[in-house]
Amino acid sequence: MDDFHNSTLRQLAAGLRARKFSSVELVGAFLERIERHQAALNAFISVTRSQALEAAREADRSLASGAGGALTGVPIAHKDLFCTKGVRTTCGSRMLENFISPYDATVVAKLRSAGAVMLGKTNMDEFAMGSSNETSYYGPVRNPWNPALVPGGSSGGSAAAVAARLVPVATATDTGGSIRQPAALCGITGLKPTYGRVSRYGMVAFASSLDQGGVLTTNAADAALLLREMAGFDANDSTSVDVAVPDYLAALGSPLKGLKIGLLREFFDQGLDAENERQVREALRVFESLGARLVEVSLPHLPLSVPVYYVVAPAECSSNLARFDGVRFGHRCENPRDLNDMYRRSRGEGFGAEVKRRIMTGTYVLSAGYYDAYYLKAQRVRSLINADFSRAFESVDVLLGPTTPTPAFAIGAKTADPITMYLNDIYTIGANLAGLPAISVPCGFVQDLPVGLQIVGPHFSEARVLNAAHAFQEATDWHTRAPAGYA
Amino acid sequence: MSAWEPVIGLEIHAQLATKSKIFSGSATAYGAPPNAQANLVDLGYPGVLPVLNAEAVRMAVKLGLAINARIATHSVFARKNYFYPDLPKGYQISQYELPIVAKGVIDIVLEDGSTKRIGVTRAHLEEDAGKSLHEGLPGLTGIDLNRAGTPLVEIVSEPEMRSAKEAVAYMKKVHTLVRYLEICDGNMQEGSFRCDANVSVRRAGESKFGTRAEIKNLNSFRFVERAINYEIGRQIELIESGGAVVQETRLYDPDKGETRPMRSKEEANDYRYFPDPDLLPVELEEAFIEAVRASLPELPDHKAARFSAQYALSAYDAGVLIASRELAAYYEEVVAAAPQDPKLAANWVMGELAAALNKENLDVSCGKLSAAHLAGLLRRIGDGTISGKIAKEVFEAMWSGGVSADAVIESKGLRQITDSAAIERAIDEVMAKHPSQLADYCAGKDKLFGFFVGQVMKATSGKANPAQLNELLRRKLSG
Repeated sequence: MDDFHNSTLRQLAAGLRARKFSSVELVGAFLERIERHQAALNAFISVTRSQALEAAREADRSLASGAGGALTGVPIAHKDLFCTKGVRTTCGSRMLENFISPYDATVVAKLRSAGAVMLGKTNMDEFAMGSSNETSYYGPVRNPWNPALVPGGSSGGSAAAVAARLVPVATATDTGGSIRQPAALCGITGLKPTYGRVSRYGMVAFASSLDQGGVLTTNAADAALLLREMAGFDANDSTSVDVAVPDYLAALGSPLKGLKIGLLREFFDQGLDAENERQVREALRVFESLGARLVEVSLPHLPLSVPVYYVVAPAECSSNLARFDGVRFGHRCENPRDLNDMYRRSRGEGFGAEVKRRIMTGTYVLSAGYYDAYYLKAQRVRSLINADFSRAFESVDVLLGPTTPTPAFAIGAKTADPITMYLNDIYTIGANLAGLPAISVPCGFVQDLPVGLQIVGPHFSEARVLNAAHAFQEATDWHTRAPAGYA
Repeated sequence: MSAWEPVIGLEIHAQLATKSKIFSGSATAYGAPPNAQANLVDLGYPGVLPVLNAEAVRMAVKLGLAINARIATHSVFARKNYFYPDLPKGYQISQYELPIVAKGVIDIVLEDGSTKRIGVTRAHLEEDAGKSLHEGLPGLTGIDLNRAGTPLVEIVSEPEMRSAKEAVAYMKKVHTLVRYLEICDGNMQEGSFRCDANVSVRRAGESKFGTRAEIKNLNSFRFVERAINYEIGRQIELIESGGAVVQETRLYDPDKGETRPMRSKEEANDYRYFPDPDLLPVELEEAFIEAVRASLPELPDHKAARFSAQYALSAYDAGVLIASRELAAYYEEVVAAAPQDPKLAANWVMGELAAALNKENLDVSCGKLSAAHLAGLLRRIGDGTISGKIAKEVFEAMWSGGVSADAVIESKGLRQITDSAAIERAIDEVMAKHPSQLADYCAGKDKLFGFFVGQVMKATSGKANPAQLNELLRRKLSG
């Protein structure tokens, strides 16, 4: 059976349980694909072949004995900022080039105990700071739809790997769009859950109040299954929320009749590529045909989300990344003269340009004399954005709009101008600031490049968001399209 | 000198007596090998997160209630950002704008016996840093993170103390209080209780404060007093000689008895405080606060007042006895078993017992002399079995032998002689032995009365009842 890569996660899990094939076969086939396409895509930073096969054998034993969890034996890849015990966790940075975590992130541990087999760690923008995967110390990831283009970021490796069917599903994280934007640019499904839905313990922090772990898959139903296995309260994460995890997979299939969909006026602005917009509006008609009702809503403060984000996220990152000082772990410069020299050179050598830019921005906005004007003001505007969303959700069930203003862009096209790069996240950042669940699903193509549709719901409405995405995918086939050469 | 008024405020750091750290499950016990009590959270590993220790919160609330402060139902942890090798995360988790405790008061007793109320601006929770080690590591610095993450409560006073003595009285009062509340072991050698002193001086009558210097890390009452006095003198001298005080951090050198600059404010860090996004605000319910209130022990001020009233003790005596909860409990146990004379009990506890404990560097709770045994001794003094003087001898034997007063009295035959005939017999013998002194006394040398008392006491090994002896001797000599 060599059609593993065109199967869904659910099909693979069911096949394993039915003993149609073994986990060793399955894992071996995907490892082979990863290795075959690594040079072209650079989607992985580490491939853990021997550990994966060992875990697959273990999964097979467990399946043979009739035991095993929902994901026993299925392959998965983790974004390289989830700490994995005994396997290096680089965060896409030179700083952690040789960092081997002594512990597993909660997400990693949960998925392992559900039986998933890790094939490797995926490439990413350095410390998740970037929208194109070009800030990785380990080189850019290439978009499987066109290797001259970026896959998006920061979870570019996970997105490219899933889009190229190198792995059925992958974990990812989203601080300002890092799951949804690459999902859109790679033509796959990406879910960022409610802030607090998935434990952040063991996820190397970028911006603590915005970071949220989530999933990249080829379809919403797989996302539902994977989220079910990784979500939940974690006593090690004070910001995780003790709300019961529903069976997202079982909840799929409710009709959309009567669903009130809010169209975000601010999302259909002049920055939106006209072709992109056309695809999104086509998708809206599908929802209408499924019985949903469309109403236009306005979130007046939403256009401020990019400036707010670029104060709050750098502020938190400037503090979160202070621990990389060369003292206990990570890169330490050669022969430091004294303590300050060690700090300066270890950090100077260990961090790349974008990370430094954000550390400096964050340090600046928290400094005495600027704190009120920047950080505090940004927090106030953030509250206004939250309030806008709350108000919108009083009258609609979900909000809908494009995930990105344009399809994938060329590698190198935006690196010279950070602001242009930052504007790529203009439609995704709002959900992070407000802590809302949001999903991006493929909704068409512009010049052979995938376009993403974004669905945002109220807090802890993952089931509703997934159901809407699933219904759309039942009615369309965009999500089944694989890039040429990877089908 | 009298033209100047010192202005002093203290920031006291009390290490909370929780079993585990404030944001991790590591133990807090003192003296473990370096880094044996530092887990991944304490080491600030990538991806780890803090989880607040509820016990530390309860202890801070206890303190707040004990000083009649406002307990914040909403308080926030903030990050204080600075780089230092013993600060693993590159920031200290503390409380900044919204501390858990605000606006309390502490009353201190001044030397003239009057009471002065010192305001407590705030008390907040924070984590301690680790420490750098240099000894035995030439050219290197070792980092021990056992202490990193140890819970502290920082108690910040208003600048309302006007002398080093007031500052010490305040610090002692806080020291007593935290031990009463059982929220801090008060061990100053191990650094569990230490303070920073903000000191400035101004001309008497001036309402504006002078520029202050902060003396860091004072870990004994004596150092606090000496450092403040030195600093006051230094500042006055500086201003009087035309100079100006610089706002700076200074260190006290106990060997030289002086303070010297550590770093000036100009080069001080901008800590870039902001709310810690990894921790939720601490929301306390009234019911929780009330439950903590109900758990408070009798507090020192209340106990002192009660001791004065109930046992007819001076304010001074009561103050000494309540200085620690253990001492006060010991005293009350003694009085319960020997209720005739609480003042006598106080004298013995504060006198002989305190001296003996002090000499061997022991604490009253060491159990070397039980309250029951001391009460037994007091009963024998009270019923005239032994004199106060013999009692001291008995005390010594009890102290070293761990035995009861009665056992000592019996085995050493120290029972007081109250038989008049026996005392008279001794007097007669002494008078017969010293005819010349007797003649001198009769000739008017009254001072020799004491000589005869001494000789009779010597003859009876000190056991003659002193009152009876005086009475009988006077009668004999005048007869």
